[in-house]
Amino acid sequence: MDFVVNLLAMCVPFSVALLLASIGEMFNQRAGVFNLGCEGVMAMGAFIGMLVPFMIGKGGEVANYWNYLGILAAVMVGALLGLFFGLIVVTFRAPQGIAGIGLQMFGVGTAGTLFRHFVGGTQSVVGIPNSPVPLLSKIPVVGDIFFNHNLLVYFAFLFVPVAWYILFKTSWGLKVRAVGTYPRAADSMGINVNKTRYQALMLGGALAALSGAYLSLAQAKMFSQSLIAGRGFIAVALVYFGHWHPVQIMGGALLFSLAQTFQAAIQGLGINFPYEFAVMLPYVLVIVVLSFTSRNQTTSPSALGKPFNREIRT
Amino acid sequence: MKMSRTFKFVYKLGIMLVAALAALLMASIILWMIGADVSQTFYTICFLPLTKTLHMTEVLIRAIPLCILALGISIAYRSGIINIGAEGQMAMGVLAFTAVALAAPDLPRPLLLPMALLAGVLGGGLWGFIPGILKAKLKVSELLSTVMLNYIAAQFYTFCLRVLMLDPAEKMTGSGTPQSMRLTANIELGRLSGRLHYGLFIALVLAVLVYLLMWKTTFGYKMRAAGSQDRAARYGGINVSKYLAISMIISGGFAGLAGGIEIAGVHRRAIEGVTNNYGFSGVVVALFGGLHPAGIVPASFLFGLLIYGSTLAPTRVGVPANIVQVMQGLIIIVIVTAQMVLSNKYLEARMCRRWNALFHKQKEVA
Repeated sequence: MDFVVNLLAMCVPFSVALLLASIGEMFNQRAGVFNLGCEGVMAMGAFIGMLVPFMIGKGGEVANYWNYLGILAAVMVGALLGLFFGLIVVTFRAPQGIAGIGLQMFGVGTAGTLFRHFVGGTQSVVGIPNSPVPLLSKIPVVGDIFFNHNLLVYFAFLFVPVAWYILFKTSWGLKVRAVGTYPRAADSMGINVNKTRYQALMLGGALAALSGAYLSLAQAKMFSQSLIAGRGFIAVALVYFGHWHPVQIMGGALLFSLAQTFQAAIQGLGINFPYEFAVMLPYVLVIVVLSFTSRNQTTSPSALGKPFNREIRT
Repeated sequence: MKMSRTFKFVYKLGIMLVAALAALLMASIILWMIGADVSQTFYTICFLPLTKTLHMTEVLIRAIPLCILALGISIAYRSGIINIGAEGQMAMGVLAFTAVALAAPDLPRPLLLPMALLAGVLGGGLWGFIPGILKAKLKVSELLSTVMLNYIAAQFYTFCLRVLMLDPAEKMTGSGTPQSMRLTANIELGRLSGRLHYGLFIALVLAVLVYLLMWKTTFGYKMRAAGSQDRAARYGGINVSKYLAISMIISGGFAGLAGGIEIAGVHRRAIEGVTNNYGFSGVVVALFGGLHPAGIVPASFLFGLLIYGSTLAPTRVGVPANIVQVMQGLIIIVIVTAQMVLSNKYLEARMCRRWNALFHKQKEVA
């Protein structure tokens, strides 16, 4: 029993990085832009997030607010990268799949270059401490699983209903869905398609970078070049899995992080099983899930991946 | 609208120049941020390797796998699949190659070497077949499935080196470096100079073969048709999903072969990190070479130069070798963007109008 509770208590914070990046990607895709560069933005976010407290504290302890300033810097860099991607795929209408690969390489490469220069090797940071919720964290079982984490975990899960509200209940959310479903109609109604796409890309980039900063500051408490390890791509796949809906995406993120805790479970139970196969599990799961969900995509935004050009009639 | 030849030339050249300058500028900004000497860095990466024969052979041994990988990637790209899984396919090729070499070390070289290389092709081909068939039958995005298969292959590769193929000597000394034992001399490819091996000729022959396959056979025509307009191709009676899957098998096979040749020519044992990000660089090479063998061969040399040059950068100018990944990312972005701008007929017409206005006015004045 204790073991199961421990696993579930691990699973919740593990899912945060996937959840945040995936919600961000959902906004991109709802606006009709397929951003495969998520992995690169996460790498930059992870690096910038840990760089600020690292530089301030010279590798030692720092006041907690520097961590949050690091997160803020990461979010800003993420939004900038979203803007940059917008310039490529919205203004210049480059094919999104391959441009996303370019952004991924650029992001991972830049984070690696700057990391080697400013930090050098593996350096751990103090990171963001746990803040148990008063009273609620004292509840047996449930308290440990849900209410004994750091602030970003609570933020991520509270952001799910917020994202739902933004997407389905605000006029901006309606604009986002309109430009991702039928941009020509949106355009004739006076919605600025490109501007809305830029905004969605900036929000998506900011969330991806936040997710990266979560990984470096709260989960691993360090940065390394293999920190992201494909989570950006899994986040993109999760959007398909969650049918472009925040709540379903949250379910998917929890499922995938359960697969990630599998490795810890094996070690915990002392089963003699090659750990490489345990590490593989989430990636295999992505392929299996995509195989089942890709064929009938009636819910996908119909203008997904299609650049909009006012000058061309379709 | 009439467009003079001079205008078209200046227009294309102008866009390409602006694109190249934009990429250079962004790379320079990153270099400037880490306080490096920008011109010295570019000199070290792009020109220094050309100054010595030893450096040149090292550039070429990196160009060989890049060329083979990029040829395979270009076949898939032309058939409508962006194969970013060459990294994993190459790793599987290395494993299959090593497995054959370990299983039958006593076979004579004329038999064993082709057999092992064929195993490499099959290993990579199988790994390429999975995303191909998933895309053809179940519409699974190849961008995601190939990336996932990269991570799976990387884990499987480590597992094989750590457990199944671990060098007995490593077990004895207990140093635990995950690598296979040194393979039998019967799988070695001969060398020309330094570490440069006969894989060079294999790559060049393959480039000619790919050209013949894609542009001189009906088979290649059908693959290109399936890639450029799948609906029209289907209407024309081409089984698009079949050609998608086949193109991915070929593409994976090329990656597996590149892996096998890398072991046979350079390392002569399966080691960690043998794929060296070649899979992603291969995509850049394929795009830079215009998805055509005649462009891919020089492009692979250029990127072999960049990759080798970047390994000199840390000691010579104190710039981390990761800078090559930044440059490759920027190059991809700039290429696809410039292509879109170049194919924009409206923009071209607008620019042409301005051009004409500019020059006709001058004529009137004169």
